[in-house]
Amino acid sequence: MENLIEYAPLLARGALTTVLLALSALAMATVLGGLGAAGKIRGGPVLRGLVFAYTTLVRGVPDLVLILLVYFGGQRLINTLGKGIGFDYIELSKFWAGVVAIGFIYGAYLTETFRGAYMTVPAGQREAAMSTGMRPLQVLRAVTLPQLIRFALPGYANVWQVLIKSTAVVSVIGLEDLVGLANDAGKSVREPFLFFTAVFFTYLFFTWVSQTIFNAAERRYALKEYSDAV
Amino acid sequence: MRFDLVLDNWQMFAGGLWMTLQLTALAVLIGFAIALPFGLIRARSNGAVSRLINAYVYAFRGTPLLVQLYLIYYGLSQFEWVRDSFAWVILRDAWWCALIAFSLNSGAYATEIIRGAVQSVPEGELEAAKSLGLSPFKVARLVLIPAALRRALPQYGNEVVFMLHGSVVASVITIQDILGVGRTLNARYYLAYEGFLTAAALYMVLAFVVVFTFRQLEKRYLGYLKVAR
Repeated sequence: MENLIEYAPLLARGALTTVLLALSALAMATVLGGLGAAGKIRGGPVLRGLVFAYTTLVRGVPDLVLILLVYFGGQRLINTLGKGIGFDYIELSKFWAGVVAIGFIYGAYLTETFRGAYMTVPAGQREAAMSTGMRPLQVLRAVTLPQLIRFALPGYANVWQVLIKSTAVVSVIGLEDLVGLANDAGKSVREPFLFFTAVFFTYLFFTWVSQTIFNAAERRYALKEYSDAV
Repeated sequence: MRFDLVLDNWQMFAGGLWMTLQLTALAVLIGFAIALPFGLIRARSNGAVSRLINAYVYAFRGTPLLVQLYLIYYGLSQFEWVRDSFAWVILRDAWWCALIAFSLNSGAYATEIIRGAVQSVPEGELEAAKSLGLSPFKVARLVLIPAALRRALPQYGNEVVFMLHGSVVASVITIQDILGVGRTLNARYYLAYEGFLTAAALYMVLAFVVVFTFRQLEKRYLGYLKVAR
Protein backbone atom coordinates (compact mmCIF):
# COMPACT_ATOMS: atom_id res chain seq x y z
CA MET A 1 0.00 0.00 0.00
CA GLU A 2 2.92 2.40 0.74
CA ASN A 3 4.00 1.83 -2.83
CA LEU A 4 0.67 2.98 -4.16
CA ILE A 5 0.87 6.18 -2.11
CA GLU A 6 4.43 6.75 -3.24
CA TYR A 7 3.42 6.35 -6.87
CA ALA A 8 0.21 8.37 -6.51
CA PRO A 9 1.62 11.55 -8.14
CA LEU A 10 2.82 9.48 -11.11
CA LEU A 11 -0.57 7.81 -11.49
CA ALA A 12 -2.29 11.19 -11.21
CA ARG A 13 -0.15 12.43 -14.10
CA GLY A 14 -1.19 9.36 -16.08
CA ALA A 15 -4.84 9.99 -15.25
CA LEU A 16 -4.47 13.56 -16.49
CA THR A 17 -3.01 12.29 -19.77
CA THR A 18 -5.95 9.89 -20.11
CA VAL A 19 -8.50 12.65 -19.53
CA LEU A 20 -6.75 15.07 -21.90
CA LEU A 21 -6.53 12.37 -24.57
CA ALA A 22 -10.22 11.55 -24.18
CA LEU A 23 -11.31 15.21 -24.29
CA SER A 24 -9.14 15.96 -27.36
CA ALA A 25 -10.48 12.89 -29.13
CA LEU A 26 -14.05 13.92 -28.22
CA ALA A 27 -13.44 17.40 -29.66
CA MET A 28 -12.17 15.89 -32.90
CA ALA A 29 -15.01 13.37 -33.02
CA THR A 30 -17.57 16.15 -32.46
CA VAL A 31 -16.19 18.20 -35.36
CA LEU A 32 -16.04 15.12 -37.65
CA GLY A 33 -19.52 14.06 -36.53
CA GLY A 34 -20.92 17.52 -37.25
CA LEU A 35 -19.29 17.62 -40.69
CA GLY A 36 -20.36 14.06 -41.43
CA ALA A 37 -23.96 14.74 -40.43
CA ALA A 38 -24.02 17.94 -42.50
CA GLY A 39 -22.61 15.98 -45.45
CA LYS A 40 -25.22 13.24 -45.08
CA ILE A 41 -28.09 15.73 -44.81
CA ARG A 42 -27.09 18.44 -47.26
CA GLY A 43 -24.44 16.84 -49.49
CA GLY A 44 -24.79 15.64 -53.06
CA PRO A 45 -24.55 11.97 -54.02
CA VAL A 46 -20.73 11.93 -54.03
CA LEU A 47 -20.36 13.52 -50.59
CA ARG A 48 -23.12 11.32 -49.17
CA GLY A 49 -21.37 8.27 -50.57
CA LEU A 50 -18.08 9.33 -48.98
CA VAL A 51 -19.69 9.86 -45.57
CA PHE A 52 -21.50 6.52 -45.89
CA ALA A 53 -18.17 4.80 -46.64
CA TYR A 54 -16.57 6.57 -43.66
CA THR A 55 -19.25 5.64 -41.12
CA THR A 56 -19.64 2.07 -42.38
CA LEU A 57 -15.97 1.17 -42.74
CA VAL A 58 -14.73 2.82 -39.54
CA ARG A 59 -17.42 1.24 -37.39
CA GLY A 60 -16.36 -2.18 -38.66
CA VAL A 61 -12.78 -1.89 -37.40
CA PRO A 62 -11.68 -2.33 -33.75
CA ASP A 63 -10.12 0.69 -32.02
CA LEU A 64 -6.71 -0.89 -31.37
CA VAL A 65 -6.30 -1.89 -35.03
CA LEU A 66 -6.85 1.71 -36.12
CA ILE A 67 -4.54 3.05 -33.42
CA LEU A 68 -1.72 0.77 -34.56
CA LEU A 69 -2.41 1.63 -38.19
CA VAL A 70 -2.32 5.37 -37.49
CA TYR A 71 0.78 5.08 -35.30
CA PHE A 72 2.94 2.75 -37.40
CA GLY A 73 1.43 3.56 -40.79
CA GLY A 74 1.33 7.29 -40.10
CA GLN A 75 4.96 7.21 -38.96
CA ARG A 76 6.00 5.54 -42.19
CA LEU A 77 3.87 7.82 -44.34
CA ILE A 78 5.15 11.03 -42.76
CA ASN A 79 8.75 9.94 -43.10
CA THR A 80 8.33 8.81 -46.70
CA LEU A 81 6.79 12.17 -47.53
CA GLY A 82 9.28 14.02 -45.32
CA LYS A 83 12.32 12.43 -46.98
CA GLY A 84 11.05 13.65 -50.34
CA ILE A 85 11.26 17.27 -49.23
CA GLY A 86 14.43 16.81 -47.21
CA PHE A 87 13.27 16.42 -43.61
CA ASP A 88 15.11 14.30 -41.07
CA TYR A 89 13.43 11.44 -39.22
CA ILE A 90 10.21 12.60 -37.61
CA GLU A 91 8.90 10.89 -34.48
CA LEU A 92 5.10 10.71 -34.43
CA SER A 93 3.57 11.69 -31.08
CA LYS A 94 1.87 8.75 -29.35
CA PHE A 95 -0.61 11.10 -27.75
CA TRP A 96 -1.71 12.63 -31.06
CA ALA A 97 -1.74 9.28 -32.85
CA GLY A 98 -4.20 8.15 -30.16
CA VAL A 99 -6.28 11.32 -30.46
CA VAL A 100 -6.49 11.04 -34.25
CA ALA A 101 -7.38 7.33 -34.25
CA ILE A 102 -9.99 7.55 -31.49
CA GLY A 103 -11.40 10.85 -32.76
CA PHE A 104 -11.72 9.34 -36.23
CA ILE A 105 -13.58 6.27 -34.92
CA TYR A 106 -16.07 8.07 -32.69
CA GLY A 107 -16.61 10.78 -35.31
CA ALA A 108 -18.31 8.02 -37.31
CA TYR A 109 -20.61 7.17 -34.39
CA LEU A 110 -21.37 10.85 -33.72
CA THR A 111 -22.24 11.37 -37.41
CA GLU A 112 -25.12 8.95 -36.89
CA THR A 113 -26.06 10.51 -33.53
CA PHE A 114 -26.19 14.04 -34.96
CA ARG A 115 -27.97 12.99 -38.13
CA GLY A 116 -30.61 11.13 -36.14
CA ALA A 117 -31.11 14.11 -33.84
CA TYR A 118 -31.40 16.50 -36.80
CA MET A 119 -34.04 14.30 -38.42
CA THR A 120 -36.09 14.41 -35.22
CA VAL A 121 -36.52 18.19 -35.47
CA PRO A 122 -39.67 18.61 -37.62
CA ALA A 123 -38.96 20.27 -40.98
CA GLY A 124 -42.05 22.44 -40.49
CA GLN A 125 -40.32 24.31 -37.70
CA ARG A 126 -37.41 25.31 -39.94
CA GLU A 127 -39.81 26.30 -42.70
CA ALA A 128 -41.86 28.38 -40.25
CA ALA A 129 -38.70 30.13 -39.04
CA MET A 130 -37.60 30.84 -42.61
CA SER A 131 -41.04 32.16 -43.53
CA THR A 132 -40.59 34.85 -40.87
CA GLY A 133 -37.53 36.02 -42.78
CA MET A 134 -34.76 34.44 -40.67
CA ARG A 135 -31.54 33.60 -42.46
CA PRO A 136 -30.44 29.91 -42.58
CA LEU A 137 -27.75 30.50 -39.94
CA GLN A 138 -30.24 32.17 -37.62
CA VAL A 139 -32.64 29.27 -38.08
CA LEU A 140 -29.85 26.86 -37.19
CA ARG A 141 -28.87 28.81 -34.07
CA ALA A 142 -32.30 29.69 -32.73
CA VAL A 143 -34.50 26.79 -33.82
CA THR A 144 -32.60 23.70 -34.89
CA LEU A 145 -29.56 23.61 -32.58
CA PRO A 146 -31.33 23.89 -29.19
CA GLN A 147 -33.57 20.97 -30.10
CA LEU A 148 -30.76 19.05 -31.78
CA ILE A 149 -28.77 19.24 -28.55
CA ARG A 150 -31.71 17.88 -26.58
CA PHE A 151 -32.20 14.93 -28.93
CA ALA A 152 -28.49 14.22 -29.37
CA LEU A 153 -27.45 14.36 -25.70
CA PRO A 154 -28.28 10.76 -24.68
CA GLY A 155 -26.42 9.38 -27.72
CA TYR A 156 -23.54 11.79 -27.19
CA ALA A 157 -23.25 10.68 -23.54
CA ASN A 158 -23.13 7.03 -24.68
CA VAL A 159 -20.38 7.73 -27.20
CA TRP A 160 -18.34 9.57 -24.55
CA GLN A 161 -18.65 6.69 -22.08
CA VAL A 162 -17.39 4.22 -24.69
CA LEU A 163 -14.71 6.65 -25.90
CA ILE A 164 -13.10 7.23 -22.50
CA LYS A 165 -12.79 3.48 -21.95
CA SER A 166 -11.32 3.18 -25.42
CA THR A 167 -8.38 5.39 -24.38
CA ALA A 168 -6.97 2.50 -22.29
CA VAL A 169 -5.69 0.71 -25.40
CA VAL A 170 -3.51 3.66 -26.43
CA SER A 171 -1.13 2.42 -23.70
CA VAL A 172 -0.33 -0.45 -26.09
CA ILE A 173 1.75 1.87 -28.32
CA GLY A 174 3.64 3.00 -25.21
CA LEU A 175 1.75 6.13 -24.21
CA GLU A 176 2.32 6.97 -20.56
CA ASP A 177 -1.35 7.23 -19.67
CA LEU A 178 -3.03 5.89 -16.55
CA VAL A 179 -2.95 2.27 -17.76
CA GLY A 180 0.59 2.42 -19.17
CA LEU A 181 2.14 3.99 -16.06
CA ALA A 182 0.23 1.72 -13.67
CA ASN A 183 1.40 -1.29 -15.67
CA ASP A 184 5.06 -0.25 -15.42
CA ALA A 185 4.88 0.81 -11.77
CA GLY A 186 2.85 -2.22 -10.67
CA LYS A 187 5.34 -4.60 -12.24
CA SER A 188 8.40 -2.85 -10.84
CA VAL A 189 7.12 -3.01 -7.24
CA ARG A 190 5.57 -6.47 -7.80
CA GLU A 191 2.08 -5.33 -6.86
CA PRO A 192 0.24 -5.37 -10.19
CA PHE A 193 -3.09 -6.29 -8.60
CA LEU A 194 -3.04 -3.29 -6.31
CA PHE A 195 -2.08 -0.90 -9.10
CA PHE A 196 -4.63 -2.22 -11.58
CA THR A 197 -7.31 -2.09 -8.89
CA ALA A 198 -6.47 1.60 -8.49
CA VAL A 199 -6.82 2.04 -12.27
CA PHE A 200 -10.10 0.10 -12.20
CA PHE A 201 -11.60 2.46 -9.61
CA THR A 202 -10.22 5.56 -11.33
CA TYR A 203 -12.08 4.58 -14.51
CA LEU A 204 -15.22 3.87 -12.46
CA PHE A 205 -14.84 7.36 -11.01
CA PHE A 206 -14.55 8.86 -14.53
CA THR A 207 -17.68 7.00 -15.62
CA TRP A 208 -19.59 8.16 -12.55
CA VAL A 209 -18.55 11.81 -12.91
CA SER A 210 -19.43 11.77 -16.63
CA GLN A 211 -22.82 10.25 -15.90
CA THR A 212 -23.54 12.94 -13.29
CA ILE A 213 -22.55 15.74 -15.66
CA PHE A 214 -24.57 14.36 -18.57
CA ASN A 215 -27.62 13.81 -16.37
CA ALA A 216 -27.43 17.46 -15.33
CA ALA A 217 -27.01 18.53 -18.96
CA GLU A 218 -29.99 16.45 -20.03
CA ARG A 219 -32.12 18.10 -17.34
CA ARG A 220 -30.87 21.50 -18.48
CA TYR A 221 -31.89 20.88 -22.10
CA ALA A 222 -35.02 18.85 -21.35
CA LEU A 223 -38.38 19.99 -22.62
CA LYS A 224 -40.00 21.85 -19.75
CA GLU A 225 -43.35 20.57 -18.56
CA TYR A 226 -46.33 22.57 -19.72
CA SER A 227 -47.16 23.43 -16.12
CA ASP A 228 -43.76 25.17 -15.84
CA ALA A 229 -44.10 27.02 -19.11
CA VAL A 230 -47.58 28.37 -18.58
CA MET B 1 3.20 -2.34 -50.29
CA ARG B 2 4.20 -5.93 -49.75
CA PHE B 3 0.93 -7.82 -49.60
CA ASP B 4 2.79 -10.86 -50.95
CA LEU B 5 4.19 -11.26 -47.42
CA VAL B 6 0.63 -11.37 -46.10
CA LEU B 7 -0.26 -14.00 -48.69
CA ASP B 8 2.87 -16.01 -47.85
CA ASN B 9 1.69 -16.05 -44.23
CA TRP B 10 -1.99 -16.73 -44.93
CA GLN B 11 -1.90 -19.74 -42.65
CA MET B 12 -1.00 -17.51 -39.73
CA PHE B 13 -3.98 -15.30 -40.51
CA ALA B 14 -6.22 -18.34 -40.77
CA GLY B 15 -5.02 -19.38 -37.34
CA GLY B 16 -5.62 -15.88 -36.03
CA LEU B 17 -9.11 -15.86 -37.50
CA TRP B 18 -9.90 -19.13 -35.76
CA MET B 19 -8.50 -17.82 -32.46
CA THR B 20 -10.60 -14.63 -32.65
CA LEU B 21 -13.75 -16.59 -33.58
CA GLN B 22 -13.16 -19.09 -30.80
CA LEU B 23 -12.56 -16.48 -28.08
CA THR B 24 -15.47 -14.28 -29.18
CA ALA B 25 -17.96 -17.12 -29.56
CA LEU B 26 -17.06 -18.76 -26.25
CA ALA B 27 -17.12 -15.43 -24.40
CA VAL B 28 -20.52 -14.55 -25.82
CA LEU B 29 -21.92 -17.98 -24.93
CA ILE B 30 -20.57 -17.94 -21.37
CA GLY B 31 -21.63 -14.31 -21.06
CA PHE B 32 -25.15 -15.33 -22.06
CA ALA B 33 -25.17 -18.13 -19.49
CA ILE B 34 -24.27 -15.51 -16.85
CA ALA B 35 -26.66 -12.88 -18.17
CA LEU B 36 -29.86 -14.92 -18.45
CA PRO B 37 -30.32 -15.63 -14.73
CA PHE B 38 -28.77 -12.30 -13.71
CA GLY B 39 -30.95 -10.30 -16.11
CA LEU B 40 -34.11 -12.07 -14.92
CA ILE B 41 -33.25 -11.37 -11.28
CA ARG B 42 -32.45 -7.72 -12.07
CA ALA B 43 -35.77 -7.29 -13.88
CA ARG B 44 -37.89 -9.02 -11.29
CA SER B 45 -36.49 -8.08 -7.90
CA ASN B 46 -34.81 -5.33 -5.91
CA GLY B 47 -33.35 -7.52 -3.17
CA ALA B 48 -29.79 -7.89 -1.98
CA VAL B 49 -28.91 -10.36 -4.77
CA SER B 50 -30.21 -7.96 -7.38
CA ARG B 51 -28.15 -5.13 -5.93
CA LEU B 52 -25.03 -7.31 -5.90
CA ILE B 53 -25.59 -8.16 -9.56
CA ASN B 54 -26.01 -4.48 -10.26
CA ALA B 55 -22.62 -3.76 -8.65
CA TYR B 56 -21.01 -6.39 -10.92
CA VAL B 57 -22.69 -4.91 -14.00
CA TYR B 58 -21.74 -1.36 -13.06
CA ALA B 59 -18.10 -2.28 -12.40
CA PHE B 60 -17.59 -4.22 -15.63
CA ARG B 61 -19.45 -1.75 -17.84
CA GLY B 62 -17.70 1.23 -16.28
CA THR B 63 -14.10 0.11 -16.85
CA PRO B 64 -12.03 -0.74 -19.96
CA LEU B 65 -11.81 -4.40 -20.98
CA LEU B 66 -8.03 -4.02 -21.19
CA VAL B 67 -7.86 -3.11 -17.48
CA GLN B 68 -10.07 -6.09 -16.59
CA LEU B 69 -7.76 -8.35 -18.60
CA TYR B 70 -4.62 -6.93 -16.97
CA LEU B 71 -6.20 -7.30 -13.53
CA ILE B 72 -6.77 -11.01 -14.11
CA TYR B 73 -3.66 -11.86 -16.15
CA TYR B 74 -0.99 -9.74 -14.44
CA GLY B 75 -2.81 -8.78 -11.24
CA LEU B 76 -3.65 -12.18 -9.77
CA SER B 77 -0.04 -13.39 -10.04
CA GLN B 78 0.80 -10.91 -7.26
CA PHE B 79 -0.59 -13.30 -4.65
CA GLU B 80 1.43 -16.30 -3.61
CA TRP B 81 -1.68 -18.26 -2.61
CA VAL B 82 -2.98 -17.88 -6.17
CA ARG B 83 0.31 -19.10 -7.60
CA ASP B 84 0.25 -22.07 -5.19
CA SER B 85 -3.36 -23.00 -5.80
CA PHE B 86 -4.73 -25.53 -8.28
CA ALA B 87 -6.26 -22.64 -10.28
CA TRP B 88 -2.78 -21.44 -11.27
CA VAL B 89 -2.71 -23.85 -14.23
CA ILE B 90 -5.56 -21.80 -15.67
CA LEU B 91 -4.65 -18.34 -14.37
CA ARG B 92 -1.09 -18.34 -15.69
CA ASP B 93 -2.39 -19.11 -19.18
CA ALA B 94 -3.06 -16.05 -21.36
CA TRP B 95 -5.87 -17.77 -23.29
CA TRP B 96 -7.84 -18.70 -20.17
CA CYS B 97 -7.36 -15.25 -18.66
CA ALA B 98 -8.65 -13.66 -21.87
CA LEU B 99 -11.66 -15.99 -21.91
CA ILE B 100 -12.47 -15.24 -18.25
CA ALA B 101 -12.16 -11.47 -18.72
CA PHE B 102 -14.17 -11.46 -21.97
CA SER B 103 -16.92 -13.68 -20.53
CA LEU B 104 -17.34 -11.54 -17.41
CA ASN B 105 -17.37 -8.41 -19.56
CA SER B 106 -19.89 -9.75 -22.04
CA GLY B 107 -22.01 -11.11 -19.18
CA ALA B 108 -22.24 -7.64 -17.62
CA TYR B 109 -23.36 -5.94 -20.83
CA ALA B 110 -25.76 -8.75 -21.68
CA THR B 111 -27.32 -8.66 -18.20
CA GLU B 112 -28.43 -5.09 -18.90
CA ILE B 113 -29.76 -6.08 -22.32
CA ILE B 114 -31.78 -8.99 -20.93
CA ARG B 115 -33.04 -6.94 -17.99
CA GLY B 116 -34.36 -4.33 -20.44
CA ALA B 117 -35.88 -6.97 -22.70
CA VAL B 118 -37.64 -8.74 -19.80
CA GLN B 119 -39.09 -5.44 -18.62
CA SER B 120 -40.31 -4.64 -22.13
CA VAL B 121 -42.46 -7.79 -22.34
CA PRO B 122 -46.06 -6.53 -22.02
CA GLU B 123 -47.66 -7.42 -18.68
CA GLY B 124 -50.72 -8.63 -20.61
CA GLU B 125 -48.79 -11.51 -22.18
CA LEU B 126 -47.83 -12.73 -18.73
CA GLU B 127 -51.34 -12.27 -17.33
CA ALA B 128 -52.77 -14.21 -20.26
CA ALA B 129 -50.36 -17.06 -19.54
CA LYS B 130 -51.23 -16.97 -15.85
CA SER B 131 -54.95 -17.01 -16.62
CA LEU B 132 -54.44 -20.29 -18.47
CA GLY B 133 -53.31 -21.77 -15.16
CA LEU B 134 -49.58 -21.97 -15.92
CA SER B 135 -47.29 -22.10 -12.91
CA PRO B 136 -44.86 -19.17 -12.47
CA PHE B 137 -42.01 -21.40 -13.64
CA LYS B 138 -43.93 -22.39 -16.78
CA VAL B 139 -44.85 -18.77 -17.47
CA ALA B 140 -41.17 -17.90 -17.35
CA ARG B 141 -40.07 -20.86 -19.49
CA LEU B 142 -42.82 -20.77 -22.10
CA VAL B 143 -43.73 -17.09 -22.32
CA LEU B 144 -41.46 -14.63 -20.55
CA ILE B 145 -38.02 -15.89 -21.59
CA PRO B 146 -38.80 -16.58 -25.25
CA ALA B 147 -40.55 -13.21 -25.63
CA ALA B 148 -37.71 -11.39 -23.87
CA LEU B 149 -34.95 -13.08 -25.88
CA ARG B 150 -36.65 -12.16 -29.15
CA ARG B 151 -36.83 -8.56 -28.05
CA ALA B 152 -33.17 -8.67 -26.96
CA LEU B 153 -31.98 -9.71 -30.44
CA PRO B 154 -31.18 -6.27 -31.98
CA GLN B 155 -29.12 -5.16 -28.98
CA TYR B 156 -27.54 -8.56 -28.60
CA GLY B 157 -26.24 -8.26 -32.16
CA ASN B 158 -24.51 -5.03 -31.14
CA GLU B 159 -23.04 -6.73 -28.11
CA VAL B 160 -21.55 -9.54 -30.23
CA VAL B 161 -19.89 -7.00 -32.55
CA PHE B 162 -18.70 -5.10 -29.47
CA MET B 163 -17.16 -8.30 -28.07
CA LEU B 164 -15.59 -9.17 -31.43
CA HIS B 165 -13.96 -5.74 -31.55
CA GLY B 166 -13.06 -5.87 -27.86
CA SER B 167 -11.29 -9.22 -28.31
CA VAL B 168 -8.35 -7.45 -30.01
CA VAL B 169 -6.86 -6.74 -26.57
CA ALA B 170 -6.03 -10.47 -26.41
CA SER B 171 -3.14 -9.66 -28.76
CA VAL B 172 -1.65 -7.48 -26.01
CA ILE B 173 -1.08 -10.52 -23.78
CA THR B 174 0.69 -12.46 -26.57
CA ILE B 175 -2.34 -14.32 -27.96
CA GLN B 176 -2.10 -14.83 -31.71
CA ASP B 177 -5.57 -13.66 -32.71
CA ILE B 178 -6.14 -11.73 -35.94
CA LEU B 179 -4.50 -8.58 -34.64
CA GLY B 180 -1.78 -10.63 -32.94
CA VAL B 181 -0.77 -12.02 -36.35
CA GLY B 182 -0.85 -8.50 -37.82
CA ARG B 183 1.46 -7.32 -35.06
CA THR B 184 3.79 -10.31 -35.55
CA LEU B 185 4.11 -9.39 -39.23
CA ASN B 186 4.73 -5.80 -38.24
CA ALA B 187 7.57 -6.86 -35.97
CA ARG B 188 9.07 -9.57 -38.17
CA TYR B 189 9.19 -7.78 -41.55
CA TYR B 190 8.95 -4.19 -40.36
CA LEU B 191 5.68 -3.80 -42.24
CA ALA B 192 3.83 -0.62 -41.32
CA TYR B 193 0.51 -1.09 -43.14
CA GLU B 194 0.00 -4.52 -44.60
CA GLY B 195 -0.52 -6.65 -41.49
CA PHE B 196 -2.82 -4.11 -39.85
CA LEU B 197 -4.80 -3.44 -43.03
CA THR B 198 -5.35 -7.18 -43.47
CA ALA B 199 -6.45 -7.44 -39.84
CA ALA B 200 -8.79 -4.45 -40.28
CA ALA B 201 -10.37 -6.05 -43.36
CA LEU B 202 -10.85 -9.39 -41.58
CA TYR B 203 -12.51 -7.73 -38.56
CA MET B 204 -14.74 -5.73 -40.88
CA VAL B 205 -15.89 -8.83 -42.72
CA LEU B 206 -16.56 -10.64 -39.42
CA ALA B 207 -18.54 -7.65 -38.09
CA PHE B 208 -20.68 -7.56 -41.24
CA VAL B 209 -21.31 -11.29 -41.00
CA VAL B 210 -22.51 -10.86 -37.40
CA VAL B 211 -24.73 -7.90 -38.32
CA PHE B 212 -26.20 -9.81 -41.29
CA THR B 213 -26.81 -12.94 -39.20
CA PHE B 214 -28.63 -11.01 -36.51
CA ARG B 215 -30.71 -9.18 -39.11
CA GLN B 216 -31.82 -12.59 -40.45
CA LEU B 217 -32.56 -13.79 -36.91
CA GLU B 218 -34.60 -10.65 -36.27
CA LYS B 219 -36.61 -11.24 -39.44
CA ARG B 220 -37.26 -14.80 -38.35
CA TYR B 221 -38.00 -14.27 -34.66
CA LEU B 222 -39.02 -10.63 -34.38
CA GLY B 223 -40.98 -10.28 -37.61
CA TYR B 224 -44.31 -10.75 -35.86
CA LEU B 225 -43.82 -7.57 -33.84
CA LYS B 226 -43.28 -5.56 -37.02
CA VAL B 227 -46.61 -6.79 -38.44
CA ALA B 228 -48.42 -5.86 -35.24
CA ARG B 229 -47.13 -2.31 -35.53
